[in-house]
Amino acid sequence: MSNMIEAYPFIKIQPADFDLTTENAKLREGHKDIGAVVSFVGTVRDINEGDEVSILELEHYPGMTEKALEKIRLEAHKRWSLEASLIIHRIGKMYPTDQIVLVAVASRHRENAFHAAHFIMDYLKTNAPFWKKETLPDGEVRWVDSRISDKEAEQRWAV
Amino acid sequence: MVNILYFASFREMLGQANEQLPVQHSTVGALISDLALRGDNWKQALLENANLQIAVNHDVASRETVIKSGDEVAFFPPVTGG
Repeated sequence: MSNMIEAYPFIKIQPADFDLTTENAKLREGHKDIGAVVSFVGTVRDINEGDEVSILELEHYPGMTEKALEKIRLEAHKRWSLEASLIIHRIGKMYPTDQIVLVAVASRHRENAFHAAHFIMDYLKTNAPFWKKETLPDGEVRWVDSRISDKEAEQRWAV
Repeated sequence: MVNILYFASFREMLGQANEQLPVQHSTVGALISDLALRGDNWKQALLENANLQIAVNHDVASRETVIKSGDEVAFFPPVTGG
């Protein structure tokens, strides 16, 4: 397991929260050529499909999820000139307003970082094996359905 | 032996997270046909499910993908991360 994590130093899947400032600083460490950092943070909404959500639980497929995220990250590096990138995705129980995911991309010029961060998020939504389960205030528990709009968002990057 | 994993709603619907089955050189589709004989929930989840997602050895796969002893096959619903 530890070897697997070592294999992808820019992919982190963890129950723990993350600190944006710390992660951005680490991303830029040792690079004097970076002129732009774009960070996307996904957070837990209190309403989904019109219902209030009390708890959001994230599950993943150990091994495959890391591999899928690294593949997306490397594809972004192939499409745009980037200096560094990082994906952190939390798993386990989360609550409204909690941070779920961080995609941070650094490049010489802002255009590449903007595009790459957007691309990574869109692909992550439809290609990385994570599943969300939500608990409503009355105790009802349900799996979150995938969205057609996410699939459409991915299509815009088709080559 | 092939290691089979079930994730998310599939794990709950089928009542298990993983199992090992002896499989000769075969395809994912043939494996699904065998599993579907176990009952209606298996049939619905794997055979009659247009949204079924399949992975073999951590890569996206399909019913046509060939599997052999030692492989890891996973079945799961569409992903909802991010």
